[in-house]
Amino acid sequence: MRRARGRACGACLRRTWLIARLAGHLELARRDGRGSVGRLREVLALGDEQLLATLAGPAERAIAAEHRAVDADELRRAAAAVGVALVCRHDENYPARLADLDDAPAVLHVAGDLAALDRLVGGPLGAGPPAVAVVGTRRASPEALEIARALGRDIAAAGVTVVSGMALGVDSAAHAGALEAGGPTLAVLGGGAERATPSRCRDVYRALVERHAVVSELPPAFRPHRWCFPARNRIIAALSAMTVVVEAADRSGSLITAEFAADLGRDIGAVPGSPLAWGSVGTNGLLRDGALVVRDAADVLDAVLGPGHRGNARRDGAAPTRRFAGLEPRLVTLLEAVGSGRDTVAALCAVPADANDVVLGLTELELLGALRRSPGGRYVVAG
Amino acid sequence: MLARVTTVALEGLEPRRVTVEVDLRSGLPNFTVVGLADRAVREARERVHAAILNAGLEFPARRLTVNLAPASLRKAGPHFDLPIALGILAASGQVPPAPLEHVAVFGELSLGGELRPCRGALAAAEGAARWGLRQLLVPVERLEEAALVDGVEVLGALTLGDAAAVLRGEAEAVAPTRARSARADEPAVLDLADVRGHADVLAALTIAAAGGHNLLLSGPPGIGKTMLARRLPTILPPLHRDEALEVTRIHSIAGLHTTGGLVERRPFRAPHHTISASGLVGGGAPPLPGEASLAHHGVLFLDELSEYPRTTLEALRQPLEDGRVGIVRGQRTAIFPTRFMLVAATNPCPCGHAPTRRCRCTEADLARHRRRLSGPLLDRIDLLIHVQRPAAADLARASPSTSERERHRVLEARARQEARLAGTAARTNGQMDARVLRETVVLAPDAERPLREAYERGQLSARGRDRTLRVARTIADLAGSERVRRAHVVAALGYRQDADVEQAA
Repeated sequence: MRRARGRACGACLRRTWLIARLAGHLELARRDGRGSVGRLREVLALGDEQLLATLAGPAERAIAAEHRAVDADELRRAAAAVGVALVCRHDENYPARLADLDDAPAVLHVAGDLAALDRLVGGPLGAGPPAVAVVGTRRASPEALEIARALGRDIAAAGVTVVSGMALGVDSAAHAGALEAGGPTLAVLGGGAERATPSRCRDVYRALVERHAVVSELPPAFRPHRWCFPARNRIIAALSAMTVVVEAADRSGSLITAEFAADLGRDIGAVPGSPLAWGSVGTNGLLRDGALVVRDAADVLDAVLGPGHRGNARRDGAAPTRRFAGLEPRLVTLLEAVGSGRDTVAALCAVPADANDVVLGLTELELLGALRRSPGGRYVVAG
Repeated sequence: MLARVTTVALEGLEPRRVTVEVDLRSGLPNFTVVGLADRAVREARERVHAAILNAGLEFPARRLTVNLAPASLRKAGPHFDLPIALGILAASGQVPPAPLEHVAVFGELSLGGELRPCRGALAAAEGAARWGLRQLLVPVERLEEAALVDGVEVLGALTLGDAAAVLRGEAEAVAPTRARSARADEPAVLDLADVRGHADVLAALTIAAAGGHNLLLSGPPGIGKTMLARRLPTILPPLHRDEALEVTRIHSIAGLHTTGGLVERRPFRAPHHTISASGLVGGGAPPLPGEASLAHHGVLFLDELSEYPRTTLEALRQPLEDGRVGIVRGQRTAIFPTRFMLVAATNPCPCGHAPTRRCRCTEADLARHRRRLSGPLLDRIDLLIHVQRPAAADLARASPSTSERERHRVLEARARQEARLAGTAARTNGQMDARVLRETVVLAPDAERPLREAYERGQLSARGRDRTLRVARTIADLAGSERVRRAHVVAALGYRQDADVEQAA
């Protein structure tokens, strides 16, 4: 049966209402560590009545009554008022690849163009547009940010959708890279899709909404609890053919995404880090467990599109000077020095007379796009 | 019997003429002071009484009324002791009244009759000269300071007895020796030659000093931010005599100037972040200069910038914009000059270790830190310098430059600025506002492009553009170029603030 676009069925909307209503109960249950009650995926897979019985406790009857009284039209109006379109799992716009989840979200709330959803992640995997998740820590090293940005840019440039969570650090860098390339990218948020959370990512958010889409399982104005982020990660994993973890410490949320991807039988990739860097303990662990080594976008595209489909992705990260042929010798020297780890002005000059030249040269390279200055004043070779 | 003695009240930095009138008549022994005097002045009664007796002079056992005229002016401080005592001696015939007509008197008394040094002798001397008085009598400790002023002969006395003898013509007053500078008594000078590593910061300090730019040093704790900031005054041009007099007057009134002579070195003030807004910009009743004025013609260093309460930093806004601050208390306004260079230092995050992995700050901590940093102050800061750990090899190497050499470059750059900025409100590039900038900064044809590129890439904010141009102008001045070339603009972009910090405003 065909439905008007941007409408979701009443049952699915009420289901979403119920999850939002019980969000606090679920949070408490997880915090107390109440056995199976706290097991997120199992709980989210329960039917409405069981969900109530499991989570609501003494408030079960009251909440059940509220649930029966929910007016789906009102929920539709509320979403439309903030420019959020609705797609439920009975809708033909609903990404078929999410059906691989036992606990697939009932409704996707879409900020941005609803048609973009089809273009970005529509249909089943294999048949629909290919997508890759690029995720990682919020506290990323400058290098990891650069890698994430380059991966996002080169994967999107090959026409593959970059899916991520718009968190600080790696996630938003991946989106930013994809936006830079003008390629497809989609963000899945833990809270309401109509708001840029975290607020520091509002530039990325604005661009995503204008050109692509931002989705969420939960209704507008919903303030996320902690469980919402791992829950959001299952959607990221399910939308993507492959999940690439750029940088993750021992207990990082992005490892949860990788685990969900593994459960779904999707590919997992990880960017290797130094064995001494505790920030790379998580990603190196994934590699040990058999994840694909990701050096650059070409490694990802080989896995997702098959060899030979890598588009215009580059594999010359080792020698950035080759990309910028015709540089003045003094700039080549500087670029090589930064590439080999002397990444601050202090490391590059010994006398004040040099300092002016070094600052000048580094800024020249920055304007050329060969270097990027990170907030601490360190320079990284642009990916 | 009535006697009159001229003295000085200080209102802000300004001397005001005060006449101490002493009336002595028969009646029950009594001693009253009238004329809007504060507590320290009213306590003068006890000191004056004891000092006169202990100096071996006679305290008249009659009805004694002291009036401080004009009665509408609020008087504060202990320096009315000596004029009151001499007024009493004159009224009781122990010193002749005639010499007091052309002498101003200024000084505090101890119970034993010795003269004690007190604040504001320089301002008092300026007042005496302005009012056409021939002589000023001060405690010997303040002799050199008061003697800095031309047009008034300064007399020094050790005790009340000496002062009376001088007025009677029985003794010679202590005359000032040739005014020496205050430098001799200060600890050994700092020098850039002491610095190991940090070549990039030294280069930036020279730019800041040459253009009078405010700067922000960012870096982990213990890296040397304070050490470097303390050396900034050593490469600033020496104080002109009128500047030095201004600094000496402010420090004297604040009670900081204890060595006598002229302050010849540029002040460096580093108030702790627990300072109040009025401590920073001045305040109190009567108003006293704050740290911003004590740093006049020098450097105001705010370490741990993000730890200062926002209201305190907001109070710096007017001083930074106008170069002076008006403190209104009651009916009166005191104006204090505040033309200082602002040097701020901050850790990159509350724990100090960002962006490395040692940083344990939460996102909320970082956001708060950035919010604290942003706002009106950052708008006035032209240079951002990341201070980083020097390499081991640099630690062993002697500093390649000295304060003297850099000061020489700074002086040349300043001379160029003065010639160009003559007729505008700005004296240095750092003081150029948007209009002066447009009128005096000529860009080479290809120098506009890097600015546009940086803006389009999101590396430069609209507000950052003017700051970059000011710095570029100074870099050009240091290079001896009348035109601002592309290389100057590009190098200036290297000192820009991180756009994301600004946006958190």
